[in-house]
Amino acid sequence: MALTLLRGMRTPVSSGSNPGLFFAVLRPRLSRFTARAESAQATEPKAAPPPRSIQLATKEAAEQKTQGFEAVIGIETHVQLSTVTKAFCSCPYSYGAQPNSTVCPTCMGHPGTLPVLNEKVVECAVKLGLALNCEISMTSKFDRKQYFYPDLPKGYQISQFDIPIAKKGHVDLDLPVEFGGGHRKFGITRVHMEEDAGKLLHSESSSYSQVDLNRAGVPLLEIVSEPDMRTGIEAAEYGAELQRIVRYLGVSNGNMQEGSLRCDVNVSIRPVGQSEFGTKVEIKNMNSFSAINRAIDYEISRQILLHKEGQADQIVQETRLWDESSQKTFTMRKKEGLADYRYFPEPDLPEVVLTSDYINEISKSMPELPEAKRRRYENMGLSMQDVLFLANDDNIGHFYDSTLEHGADAKLAANWIMGDIAAYLKDEKVSIDEIKLTPLELSELIASIKNGTISGKIGKEILAELIAKGGTVKGVIEEKDLVQIADPAAIEAMVDKVIADNPKQLEQYRAGKTKLQGFFAGQVMKASKGKANPVLLNKILGEKLNAN
Amino acid sequence: MPPPLQAHRLLISHRRLPSPARRRFTAASSLQSAPATTLAPGPATSSILSIRESLLSGERTAADITSEYLSRLRRTEPSLRSFIHVADAAAEREAEELDRRIASGEKDAVGPLAGVLVGVKDNLCTANMPSTGGSRILDGYRPAYDATAVRRLQEAGAIVVGKTNLDEFGMGSTTEGSAFQVTTNPWDDSRVPGGSSGGSASAVSARQCVVSLGSDTGGSVRQPASFCGVVGLKPTYGRVSRFGLMAYASSLDVVGCFGSSVFDTATILSVVAGHDKMDSTSSSQVVPDYASELVSLDLLESKPLAGLRIGIIQETLGEGVANGVISSIKGAASHLEQLGSVVEEVSLPSFSLGLPAYYILASSEASSNLSRYDGIRYGRQFSADDLNELYGESRANGLGHEVKMRILMGTYALSAGYYDAYYKRAQQVRTLVKESFKDALERYDILISPAAPSAAYKIGEKINDPLAMYAGDILTVNVNLAGLPALVVPCGFVEGGPAGLPVGLQLIGSPFCEGNLLRVGHIFEQTLQNLSFVPPLLAES
Ligand SMILES: [Zn+2]
Repeated sequence: MALTLLRGMRTPVSSGSNPGLFFAVLRPRLSRFTARAESAQATEPKAAPPPRSIQLATKEAAEQKTQGFEAVIGIETHVQLSTVTKAFCSCPYSYGAQPNSTVCPTCMGHPGTLPVLNEKVVECAVKLGLALNCEISMTSKFDRKQYFYPDLPKGYQISQFDIPIAKKGHVDLDLPVEFGGGHRKFGITRVHMEEDAGKLLHSESSSYSQVDLNRAGVPLLEIVSEPDMRTGIEAAEYGAELQRIVRYLGVSNGNMQEGSLRCDVNVSIRPVGQSEFGTKVEIKNMNSFSAINRAIDYEISRQILLHKEGQADQIVQETRLWDESSQKTFTMRKKEGLADYRYFPEPDLPEVVLTSDYINEISKSMPELPEAKRRRYENMGLSMQDVLFLANDDNIGHFYDSTLEHGADAKLAANWIMGDIAAYLKDEKVSIDEIKLTPLELSELIASIKNGTISGKIGKEILAELIAKGGTVKGVIEEKDLVQIADPAAIEAMVDKVIADNPKQLEQYRAGKTKLQGFFAGQVMKASKGKANPVLLNKILGEKLNAN
Repeated sequence: MPPPLQAHRLLISHRRLPSPARRRFTAASSLQSAPATTLAPGPATSSILSIRESLLSGERTAADITSEYLSRLRRTEPSLRSFIHVADAAAEREAEELDRRIASGEKDAVGPLAGVLVGVKDNLCTANMPSTGGSRILDGYRPAYDATAVRRLQEAGAIVVGKTNLDEFGMGSTTEGSAFQVTTNPWDDSRVPGGSSGGSASAVSARQCVVSLGSDTGGSVRQPASFCGVVGLKPTYGRVSRFGLMAYASSLDVVGCFGSSVFDTATILSVVAGHDKMDSTSSSQVVPDYASELVSLDLLESKPLAGLRIGIIQETLGEGVANGVISSIKGAASHLEQLGSVVEEVSLPSFSLGLPAYYILASSEASSNLSRYDGIRYGRQFSADDLNELYGESRANGLGHEVKMRILMGTYALSAGYYDAYYKRAQQVRTLVKESFKDALERYDILISPAAPSAAYKIGEKINDPLAMYAGDILTVNVNLAGLPALVVPCGFVEGGPAGLPVGLQLIGSPFCEGNLLRVGHIFEQTLQNLSFVPPLLAES
């Protein structure tokens, strides 16, 4: 491994003059903490999940009999903010950088260092709080959450305890149509600011561990939901909606594989009709929304089975890890009593005091959010299938809106994007803002078909050209001489020639095999190089074939 | 950076000071070898000004001045043990470099602190010297950066001569809590210099350096200043950046300074004070040029303190405070009256609540601040087979008794179920203390009290009686809880040791009114008759 060398445990104390290089190494018997979720999740990304879509898995789950039980699901989501510098020092952060290359005395917890709050973190928190319809705390504060772990340099994490920056919000979303759709509103308990920890890297022989503090001090927003979800798909869609929101807001890349968005899920079950909650189990280590969905549904079945078998007492407060390869959850650690984090107010940081002007400014600068966009598209008469496709990807939404701004018909533009363009994106694995086609040209294309300049078929050819090579609709039409032939005389001449060239088929047609009109139409279209106006062509062809 | 000192005006007036025979403590006057004004009898004079004038006039070189201090340091250090680390070679190099720059006529060569030797408490980080905080767990640790206060001193031309001894991480009142050595009091080597900044106080008292930096969480600058007979200043919380100060109790910690005169102390404060973007709790209040506001003796009116209202805190002159200390403070009070001020007794009803509240809050924060000393990233790491053992061994072997005790107390106070009864309640007391000081300081410009219940006591006397030691902090901790500035100036002596033991007068002011304290302290110091605070140690050569 090309790690920066870390300090060996038995080597003499080295002078720490270069703060980036020297770390202690922990020696043997680390099994007790090797399975810690954060590091497991971040350092050992599992192979890509089997090609089962969220939808498919959920369909099965929905069919699963819940046998008189109901699941209660709450989610804690950590979103890593894409600020230029860390939360409390001026180190940059970039995923995958050389270990301990983006560290300084402050984020390494060296003696005498002090945190200085990055104002961007507050801005991101307020943005997200507003987007989640939360009450924003005009005065909030930071607290220290204390525990010992080698990836936590100061022995405490700067977080927010009793006064989070935002609370009491909700998120609206629409479930995928394939699952019967439906609108859902899930409560948000709170959003608070905190700092991330570093990572432990365990040696292959597991005889020692190394600490990488690049991630230490990177700003996070923790979003705690109310226990409002009941199925895996609801939880997965909740996570997906948060991802859309943070991407719409530009506060995070929301990338789950890199750990920029991490969901810890609490699942319990209870007999339908019972109001108190059952014992909750925490599940970690899910690298995709599909995994969240599957992990939850697995966990629900596991708990129901234990109930059915009279072993409900085996459902205990614990943290379980989702294992992608076996598609099961496994016990990581049992919780022995509640951990006491000895929170107290962070004396090194002043309170965070906001003004209403500040909040108003941020409020004014907020982009249209996914939920508003979905409702707008819905009101334009699009189907929910279209709405979800267009609104759920920020880039596609922008592209679509921009096409409409150039005057394109809403339904036609939706069809083009969801059809040929989506197929291209999928095949080429690119995003819509990476293709050469511009919204303006898509609207030109739609207009050119509508006004009869080109046929729909030619339109598809031009589109392919524009996506791959760029250019303008007009340019491609001129360059390739693709203007539609709408002159009846010209079409009639082509029809006459095709009929004359195919006497045998004409005879069959007139004997009653009228299906052959398609054959003739195809021949004429071919002769016109696809440019004949199909309506005129059919009209003239029909007249000619039926003329005696 | 403050404007350059108005050296000439002040120098001239200082030189004209009357020098009658002030021989009650004659030890210092018998010194013949030392040309520095610091050792002359009479009211304290500014060593910084004297050095500056010598350099500007070419009368002396920086190397000469440095060697004078270093030779005194070498002579006295075996009995004092003020320093954990002495950077004598580096200091000599820096002095020579300064001389070269002066000789080549470099315009900015003589900064405001050019050639001034500074001692730095070892809980302040220095990039080119070890910084241990007095703890075994940081033995050999060398920080990657300089504390802001240290950097500012160096930028003003000061030469850091070494790192001074302290109670481990500032926890203690005697400097016996250092993992490395016990510092002695220059007035009597069988006695403690006070603490936790005992090394810094002792070093200035014995003129091992010109001035020094300390830190004050519950009295750690003021009490040793009193014990060693030097001027000690605890600035307003937030006046000086804490960046680079190893945190003990973040909401109480302040970087403070020691000098052999109020003028020197004021000069240092002007240099180190001010906002620092690396410390969000540092204030952006404008920093005055404190020293230039001090008026020299011959320019004073007959009643220079006329109109000044002084409150003497009733609760500090009662039970538990030595009679000799009380009479010194009363003597100081009548001296202040003679200077024109009105002195009245004032009661601070919450005064006695301060001590327990302080120990809960300071220990709570300490338990958190010291979590980083885990042996993982820096400092001493002990061999272990698993993680918990690694933590346990590193901390058990690396941290001393007093530190462990405070970590335990603080951990307990912050634990679920106890938080409200201890930490939260102590915060409420803190609010009360703040309010009662605020009330008193609306009625009085300055409050005065002793800085410690007794003069310096014997080494080992309280080492096994932590409660007695904690009780010694009662006169200082309230000021930290309230975040106020306080200045200690030597004001008298009590019997003890070969030549008596000094007693300090504590002057407490409103937030960011250091200027006022320094002005009054300077007048007090300059008009104090028949007392000289040069320790007898300096005569023994
Ligand atoms: Zn950093």
